[in-house]
Amino acid sequence: MDVATAIGFIAALSVFLAISLAIANSKLKVQEDPRIGRVEEMLPGANCGACGFPGCRAFAENVVAGKVLPGQCPVGGPETARIVAEYLGVDAGQTVKKVARLLCAGSRDVAPQIAEYDGYPSCRAAAAVTGGFKGCVYGCLGLGDCVESCTFDAMFMAPNGLPMIDVEKCTGCGDCVRACPKGILELYPISQHLIVQCKSLLAGDEALAVCEVACTGCGICAADAPEGLILMKNNLPIVQQDKLNLETELATLRCPTGAITWVDGQQFPEWFQQWKTEKQEAKTSRVV
Amino acid sequence: MELLLQREKKTFKHGIHPDDYKHFTRHLSIERMPFVDEYVLPLSQHAGAPSRPLVKLGERVYRGQLIAEPAAFVSAALHAPVTGVVKAIEPREHPGGRMVEAIVIERDPYSPQTLVNEHPIDWESLSPAELLEMIRLGGFVGLGGAAFPTHVKYAVPEGKHARFFFVNAAECEPFLTTDYRIMLERYPDIFLGIRVILKILGSEKAFIGVEDNKWDAIELLREQLPSDLPCEVIPLETKYPQGAEKMLIEAVLHREVPSGRLPIDVEVVVNNVGTVASIGQMFKYNQPLIERVVTVTGPGIQRPANLLVPIGTRLTDVIAYCGGMKENVRQVLFGGPMMGMPQRSLEVPILKGTSGVLFLTEYEVVPRQEYPCIHCMKCVDACPMYLNPSLLGMLARVRRYDDMLEHYIMDCIECGSCSYVCPSNIPLVQRFRVAKALLREKMAREKAAKA
Repeated sequence: MDVATAIGFIAALSVFLAISLAIANSKLKVQEDPRIGRVEEMLPGANCGACGFPGCRAFAENVVAGKVLPGQCPVGGPETARIVAEYLGVDAGQTVKKVARLLCAGSRDVAPQIAEYDGYPSCRAAAAVTGGFKGCVYGCLGLGDCVESCTFDAMFMAPNGLPMIDVEKCTGCGDCVRACPKGILELYPISQHLIVQCKSLLAGDEALAVCEVACTGCGICAADAPEGLILMKNNLPIVQQDKLNLETELATLRCPTGAITWVDGQQFPEWFQQWKTEKQEAKTSRVV
Repeated sequence: MELLLQREKKTFKHGIHPDDYKHFTRHLSIERMPFVDEYVLPLSQHAGAPSRPLVKLGERVYRGQLIAEPAAFVSAALHAPVTGVVKAIEPREHPGGRMVEAIVIERDPYSPQTLVNEHPIDWESLSPAELLEMIRLGGFVGLGGAAFPTHVKYAVPEGKHARFFFVNAAECEPFLTTDYRIMLERYPDIFLGIRVILKILGSEKAFIGVEDNKWDAIELLREQLPSDLPCEVIPLETKYPQGAEKMLIEAVLHREVPSGRLPIDVEVVVNNVGTVASIGQMFKYNQPLIERVVTVTGPGIQRPANLLVPIGTRLTDVIAYCGGMKENVRQVLFGGPMMGMPQRSLEVPILKGTSGVLFLTEYEVVPRQEYPCIHCMKCVDACPMYLNPSLLGMLARVRRYDDMLEHYIMDCIECGSCSYVCPSNIPLVQRFRVAKALLREKMAREKAAKA
């Protein structure tokens, strides 16, 4: 008898709860645009925040709401933007593929250390201790905060103390730009060829004293380039972003230190190739 | 009984007891360093916006002349420390590790180097607002090390009142004897400074907090204290970081500054004793902040000294005057060993906030291997801010900075007590400094995104 009561009670309770859940489901339903989920699936799903929103979901919501254009996702690139735009029937928006560029060529052999650093191995920490151990206060410290911050495995630290950026993997999310305490990583359109690989505000011999490949601020590149392409500011040449159609290799030819370079895709191509193969070999040998 | 009460020492909870090493310089009186040929005055020697230069290249400037004005509310004025000619206005190396715009003055070798317009100031006839403006244009910043502009501290916000004024003479950093020598040799300036500041703030009482390893200074100050000055000398236990302003307030008043707030929220303004003495000099001679006392000390220097140097003297000149460095020097610090800033170049100038220059040899600077945290909680017992450095250190290790925020990382005063006691040699403070810098950047970015 007792058992029958218990079973009956539980059965009645479950029926009651099932009914109330069914009612709640129909009455309290949250209407969500199904397109948000679809768009989120189309996005790369890296949740990197490069678009300016906290994660891909938030970006998808804003795209569907029409607040931003799909092209604002730098990671997905033009292809993703096109797919999303087609699905939603909106304009894809301007997409310029940007990649991170290292604006320092001061590897260990050309830009020597002047002090020993024996602390926490992070650029940020080293920079907090009177700007780091390198002779040049503007240059790359080479402790690899940027490599660690990279979500896409697009960077590795070369044996000469400079981070190498794989332009094929780089999505231009800007994580490394924020990680660098010296501000020597910047996002440039991949189509830009003229890159000044120096951030030193020093001029002439003072700059050369701390780094062999520093920009001395001589202004020859600005004089050789077509009118208005390169402007000198604070002893550094600034390539004007709105005049990139004028770009010519001529500007780099007479540079005394090679600080301004003509980059076609990969930066530091020889070093990159050499160490990339070494790295891959090391990887495969470990597997074997 | 009264004698016993007089010897009563106050202190805060937690903290550490490092050896004080003050024997290098504590017996040496302050000596004035002879003028050198060149002075480098960075426009950013203080917390806040860089000063705006008022002089041009090639212009002749006089000792004590205003050469740069405060560019914002939180900024400081700058004065020529010597009579001479402006040789350059260009980026020069700064002890903080950046290249900072600096005014370089070449000394006129034939000038008598007297102060321009030297006269005592009749401060009693001036109103508090006028006195505050004089301090603002005098270029005063905290001489203890942080170099926070003094006039900003005295500009008490509406609705708040500075009931007590604290003179911080704890000097808890090992090696440094700057404040100690100032107390012994310049106590009239300190008392004059206190009078002026009490008038500006309208405070009812001043306290001078001194650690008990400087007992002769405590006795001297007590003896010489004018009877009409509402001031009390408080002996403090010799313990690090007794000289942190929050610890000083806790020791004397048993008041805790709330998280993220300032001493003014518990009705207190704190100043370093060196700042107070130089404010006293301002009203005695009309001398702005153009020179300061620096302890040049450590086992790595030939002749340790307490030097009175003009602001902007380059470190190389100081080293040359002190007989040079010993051969086995491995590290040169601006400030004390606990919170001091290691230097990468000897060309940097002495700034307003440089309380000492410490030369350490290879015997003191030993690289130490880092081991995993063993959860001994020595750091928890040492932390004067009641934080959990062990937990914070582990979060910092895996870069969980947002979680550190929930554990009050922003309240860390970076005193270094946790790193000092850590048996596993974990560089805790260094990690916290990185975390705080990144969090501050992130907050600024979010604020900018909102605006």
